[in-house]
Amino acid sequence: MNPELEELYQEVILDHSRRPRNFGTLADAAVCVHGDNPSCGDEIDLGVKFGADGSLQEIKFSGQGCAISQASASLMTMKLKGKSRTAAEEMLHAFHGLVAGESDDAAPSLGDLRLLRGVRKFPQRVKCAMLAWRALEEALRQNAGQATVSTESDFVRPIPDGTTRPGPGL
Amino acid sequence: MVHEIFRASVDWRAIRQEFPILGEEVHGQPLIYFDNAATSQKPRAVLDALRDYYEHDNANVQRGLHELSSRATEAYENARQGVADYLGAASADEIVFTRGTTESINLVAQAWGGKFIGAGDVILLTEMEHHSNLVPWQLLAERTGARLRFVPVREDGTLALEQLPALLTPEVKLFAFTHVSNSLGTINPVAELCRQARALGAITLVDAAQSAGHLPVDVQELGCDFLAFSGHKMCGPTGIGVLYGRAEILEKMPPWHGGGEMIVSVTLEKSTYKKAPHRFEAGTPNIAGAIGLAAAIEYLESIGRAAIFAHDSELASYAAEQLAELPGMRVLGPKNERGALVGFVMKGVHPHDLTTFADQQGLALRGGHHCNQPLMRKFGLPGTTRASFYFYNTITEIDRMMEILRAAVRFFS
Repeated sequence: MNPELEELYQEVILDHSRRPRNFGTLADAAVCVHGDNPSCGDEIDLGVKFGADGSLQEIKFSGQGCAISQASASLMTMKLKGKSRTAAEEMLHAFHGLVAGESDDAAPSLGDLRLLRGVRKFPQRVKCAMLAWRALEEALRQNAGQATVSTESDFVRPIPDGTTRPGPGL
Repeated sequence: MVHEIFRASVDWRAIRQEFPILGEEVHGQPLIYFDNAATSQKPRAVLDALRDYYEHDNANVQRGLHELSSRATEAYENARQGVADYLGAASADEIVFTRGTTESINLVAQAWGGKFIGAGDVILLTEMEHHSNLVPWQLLAERTGARLRFVPVREDGTLALEQLPALLTPEVKLFAFTHVSNSLGTINPVAELCRQARALGAITLVDAAQSAGHLPVDVQELGCDFLAFSGHKMCGPTGIGVLYGRAEILEKMPPWHGGGEMIVSVTLEKSTYKKAPHRFEAGTPNIAGAIGLAAAIEYLESIGRAAIFAHDSELASYAAEQLAELPGMRVLGPKNERGALVGFVMKGVHPHDLTTFADQQGLALRGGHHCNQPLMRKFGLPGTTRASFYFYNTITEIDRMMEILRAAVRFFS
């Protein structure tokens, strides 16, 4: 087995893809986002319930896709549960920087999500890793109700310093 | 039996040597190229033809009065004749050069469809069409108020032909369908479909993208009105393709792109247009591409399409048999005769993970929906993995693919 493959498909990633955590439908979700990656047919349904302080009290996903998209979604939900909206947005940017290879130093706050760093050597798989995060981004933007998002659509998102720049170019 | 006779006369090992790219290493492993349905590799004969043209004859066609322009024009028009001969067309005037299958179909949808399709007309397609033989008709239907109708695909990947009489009604003005399915490998009974359509006065269009370089295709034997294919899937360069159209139909079609080359005379107010095929070739054409395609055709004919079909069929059947033996494997498409490809789904291994895994071992497969989203939906699949072959592929390469697939199952499950 070559090193790139070993790095891409680490045991933790394969484990999350086989037994995704927080997998299911969130009955009382405030916002539900359907995300799809038309280039490969991967789909995700992400449900988020916000606490009184605006934090991500509950987060669940369902859907089907490759090991990378499933593991990324599973690890994301574990990491974000209970986090504030700001922390979630920061993590979104940090994670995109990690898998798109834009930043060399992975934010320590990403924890196990750093295991997906191997994706940066497979540019065609960045969309897979970002699918759940695109759904999260839309969920934070919509805040309530139903929405859909695609890895193929262009978007511009605010970054924490208040300026705007093109989206991660998924 | 027939297959054996054709095969025996060809030195397939020597043929591999004529494709420089087959000596490449990918991720430190010898390349096994099984993505031929997406695009084929190119033999030296084609690469040399492109180079020779640019080194010796390059000029614009049709209007130059100098030597190089004469040579380029002659080579370009000879290429048209070469395509006409290859397809058994009555005349080179029935051959329009395009960018590829997609552009050929769009040309028909816009130039023919714009004039001859109206509200209430029906365009009959099949459920197995590539998006390139579906979306142009959707656009036409939106513009004109025409309706689309589809011949269903059976579970085994063949067309539900018993439903054809109910679908092929007098409102059908056009029946467009693929010769060989790019995701299932199904070979459709083109001549029979064309015969039934013609009996009702419907025009036929055959998408020959997956057949033109793989099996004998004779437009008069098939009895089709239009036929479209791409050069790059049959050893030719990218960016060159063909629309065959029966002369009497092409003559009735208005231009679709306006510009140089396609006009007879131009005033500030209006223009008159050349006859087909030049009426449909506005602007400087892909001269080198046409010359490269002609070289590819000559190369394929030197091997023989019957021999190529026999060779590819053997590879595809062997691969389908071997794949079916893997546990948790679903092989798509017909059991018996199939084109040079096999689509499959492995339980527990997503097509994207599988193709990434295979790529790291030097094996080029294709994973995804193969521009067949409606078909994938029908079969309840997010996508499949596809291995597609050409005459330079070998049984040994398929054995290696099986080793890699078995390793992938161990790795992911």
